[in-house]
Amino acid sequence: MAKTRLIVVGNGMVGQRFLEELCEKGNPAAFDITVFCAEPRVAYDRVHLSSYFSHHTDEDLSLVKPGFFEKYGISVLVGEAVKQIDTAQKQVHSNKGKILPYDKLVMATGSYPWVPPIAGSAHHECFVYRTIEDLNAIESAAKQGKSGVVIGGGLLGLEAAGALKALGLDTHVVEYAPVLMAEQLDRMGGEMLRRKINSLGVSVHTSRNTVNIAMHGGRTGLHRLNFADGSTLDTDVIVFSTGIRPQDTLARYSGLFVSERGGIVINDQCVTSNPDIYAIGECASWHGQYFGLVAPGYKMAQVAADHLLGRKELNFTGADMSAKLKLLGVSVGSIGDAHGRTPGSRNYIFQDDQAGIYKKIVVSPDGTKLIGAVLVGDVDDYGQLLQMKLNDLPVPEHPDTLILPSYAGAKPAMGVDALPASAVICSCFDVSKQRIADAVAAGCHTVAAIKAETGAGTGCGGCVPLIAQVLNAELAKQGFEVKNHLCEHFPHSRQELFHLVKVGGLRTFGEVLARHGHGYGCEVCKPTVGSILATVHNDYILKPEHTPLQDTNDVFLGNMQKDGTYSVIPRMAGGEVTPEGLMTVAQVAKDFQLYTKITGAQRIGLFGAHKGDLPEIWRRLIDAGFETGQAYGKSLRMVKTCVGSTWCRFGVQDSVGLGVELEHRYKGIRTPHKMKFGVSGCTRECAEAQGKDVGIIASDAGWNLFVGGNGGMKPRHADLLASDLDHDTLLRYLDRFLMFYASTADKLQRTATWLESLDGGIDYLREVIVDDRLGLGAQLEADMMEVRAKYECEWKATVEDTSQHARFAHFINSPAHDPNVAFVPAREQHRPASPAERKIIPIKPVETV
Amino acid sequence: MWTTVCELKAIVPGTGVCALVGDAQIAIFRPHADDTVYAIANIDPFAEASVLSRGLICEHQGELWVASPLKKQRFRLRDGLCLENRDYSVASYAVRVSDGRIEVQS
Ligand SMILES: Cc1cc2nc3c(=O)[nH]c(=O)nc-3n(C[C@H](O)[C@H](O)[C@H](O)COP(=O)(O)OP(=O)(O)OC[C@H]3O[C@@H](n4cnc5c(N)ncnc54)[C@H](O)[C@@H]3O)c2cc1C
Ligand code: SF4
Ligand code: FES
Repeated sequence: MAKTRLIVVGNGMVGQRFLEELCEKGNPAAFDITVFCAEPRVAYDRVHLSSYFSHHTDEDLSLVKPGFFEKYGISVLVGEAVKQIDTAQKQVHSNKGKILPYDKLVMATGSYPWVPPIAGSAHHECFVYRTIEDLNAIESAAKQGKSGVVIGGGLLGLEAAGALKALGLDTHVVEYAPVLMAEQLDRMGGEMLRRKINSLGVSVHTSRNTVNIAMHGGRTGLHRLNFADGSTLDTDVIVFSTGIRPQDTLARYSGLFVSERGGIVINDQCVTSNPDIYAIGECASWHGQYFGLVAPGYKMAQVAADHLLGRKELNFTGADMSAKLKLLGVSVGSIGDAHGRTPGSRNYIFQDDQAGIYKKIVVSPDGTKLIGAVLVGDVDDYGQLLQMKLNDLPVPEHPDTLILPSYAGAKPAMGVDALPASAVICSCFDVSKQRIADAVAAGCHTVAAIKAETGAGTGCGGCVPLIAQVLNAELAKQGFEVKNHLCEHFPHSRQELFHLVKVGGLRTFGEVLARHGHGYGCEVCKPTVGSILATVHNDYILKPEHTPLQDTNDVFLGNMQKDGTYSVIPRMAGGEVTPEGLMTVAQVAKDFQLYTKITGAQRIGLFGAHKGDLPEIWRRLIDAGFETGQAYGKSLRMVKTCVGSTWCRFGVQDSVGLGVELEHRYKGIRTPHKMKFGVSGCTRECAEAQGKDVGIIASDAGWNLFVGGNGGMKPRHADLLASDLDHDTLLRYLDRFLMFYASTADKLQRTATWLESLDGGIDYLREVIVDDRLGLGAQLEADMMEVRAKYECEWKATVEDTSQHARFAHFINSPAHDPNVAFVPAREQHRPASPAERKIIPIKPVETV
Repeated sequence: MWTTVCELKAIVPGTGVCALVGDAQIAIFRPHADDTVYAIANIDPFAEASVLSRGLICEHQGELWVASPLKKQRFRLRDGLCLENRDYSVASYAVRVSDGRIEVQS
């Protein structure tokens, strides 16, 4: 298949995140990627731009993991900008004269600082605050000057003011509106902020409309700002921070729709008016709105990558614009409707002039929900309040208790337990509570470890207190119910034990218990260890050292029924059975008085067999060419197939042939739980393969492989792991998948729950199985080959080993059948008698041949 | 009266067998590779099926039990007490090994 030529315009924070999403979670091999990066360096962390003044190397800020571009064969054109997109020819023209064709294009051009048309604003010492180059320029100007002014008292302006102050300038902030941060703060909050900033030695001038900037050249500064009210302010360095505008010029010239307020128009999938072009980040306009924060941009990056990969599951649904910042050392937080603009909303306010704290919450008109908040000087409550708003948690009866200082008593602790598992704890990296809990369960026991594992808390940092709370709550939970431990005898999860058994080459329960457990063992750990030993070594399950471990089903190689009898189910791979086979089955059923039924798994089940009769029943079946169907074991039960292309007029592949092959390939391998496969010969899916642990559906080009489906109690549709596979690749992926499942699942965990418990879900699984990111592929395949080679029909071995037969007698000291087993007629066959019925039927052991 | 039911070595260590003593089905367990043996009734009182001898021997609360192979209720080997519901406890029998043979008192 030809690779999709993908061009990404802009290598800023969002553009880079998009590449990561596409390559690390998707399928980089399908793309041929070129990135235009107008800035003289690849993506860096603009959010922490100000730290450049203290660190002074752009490497510290870099967002590109070492070797990232090389690893995925991405070509990056640093210092080269796209100047035109020819959407008719589907090619781009660069400012260096390059012309490159594309199949798909992603615009991630960010935004530019908007400078108002004030006379004199183009003077040499007028700067903006967006790039490392801007910072270098400001720094060298600051060396020459004594004073600096930031025009614009918004979030970025205050950040710039902090930088000027740090550079040693006498710093002023000039704001047109009567308050600072008018976007995020209400009037009183802005007032408190202004007082705090003033007290830090930065002069704040609000309600000042700058009309022009004159060259002054005097001792008080190089420039003079003239304000509308006639007042003036002299300064050397001027930084404009009067807002940003989406960088949509290129899009305009290329004929893409652009929103009235600026920004490239996108739909919920981040697709622009041209179906082959996406726009993400600050340059995009969604429902007439653009987003000047990085978190919404990251979400768009995810959505666009998902769409481009053809998964089309995610939508961009807008973003929460809440923010928490530390400006000039003052903490500020703003959530939702900070201004209380919702009609009828109720405000609750706490103010402490002495400590410089102002807090306000806005509650819905009916008093049940939090809809906004402003925090200045003390933002400890930010995380809780934000979660309360995002998850619509009920507010307490007295909402003001939420913001009163703790010494006022009775501060309601929301507690992270109240949050749903899906609650997004870190909005910068879209990390949910569940994901953090999973990381803790996987052994991340510090905030640092969680950061490293999930990325949470590594953006704005606003969520770190909440991460710590989730961590503590999870650790506490583990302390109580150590939930991964197999049982009281083994302080290990099944996954750990599997590993220990394998690495240690342990072969018996006794060895495993002595090395890694204590006590006698129980009904939980014995079969689990038995199953692990069976998966790892595939030994004959009835060796004396293994028998005490097995559930009775395995001990007597049959599924025990409610009356203590067993079912007998020979393998009919893929649901195929010959007429001769049917005749044998019929004769056996008659001779041993077995109730006969087609099971849910496309084979014939014989029910009501006395334990003592089992060896003889199986001898006859095996003589006729059958083998055990393992209907009793935690292993592959069967492969359900439709009739497929050999007979069906719609079929495109031979589903029965493949089903039979797979059933023989994987029969007998013990897995954490039973497994069912399905193979359909075309997309009509008559085998209902998507409801199976492994579902395979024929496509015109090969086979589509689905995993993690389930019928039964908790139905789940399987997820697509890979498509259009040829036969050999399919087998390879299956080998890997089964072994990976067998080695990592918890006890009695079906593939569906296992898959859901995997951090990263199907994408992660795809990385392991298809992309082989963990480098496990070869080992998994080799392990599978080893256990497959040891397959033998357990019933054949048992029938041949006559010393085993005595074990099957019901009594150790009598040849009699179990007198407690009795049948009553039902629909021309029979069923077990109920205990009440048994008391009145004369007990008459069934005659056997 | 002591009834000899089988040789000790007829029971694989870690498993149980069922013996017919008079009219009674008795489950006899041999938890270890030594001559410790226990005997309780073989009938699972929940399903009224003769299956307890086929259960897994397990250790809980420092004692040995057998988990019914049907629905996993546990019965204490030394006295037949049912862990899940003592109203469903089963009878226990005196049992001993003499001369390599297991004898049950009934
Ligand atoms: C000082 C500062 C502090 C901030 N603090 C926060 C914060 O605390 N929290 C928060 O959420 N957000 C913050 N932001 C905003 C955040 O940085 C932006 O939301 C984010 O950088 C947007 O990413 P982007 O990829 O859309 O745009 P950018 O990061 O701006 O990247 C766009 C890139 O595209 C390049 N480009 C443009 N046109 C072309 C072209 N034609 N060809 C090639 N390349 C092109 C540009 O040069 C630029 O490198 C802050 C921003 C600044 C400046
Ligand atoms: S899935 Fe397709 S090939 Fe198989 S039976 Fe149905 S229609 Fe025929
Ligand atoms: S919310 Fe920004 S780092 Fe987590």
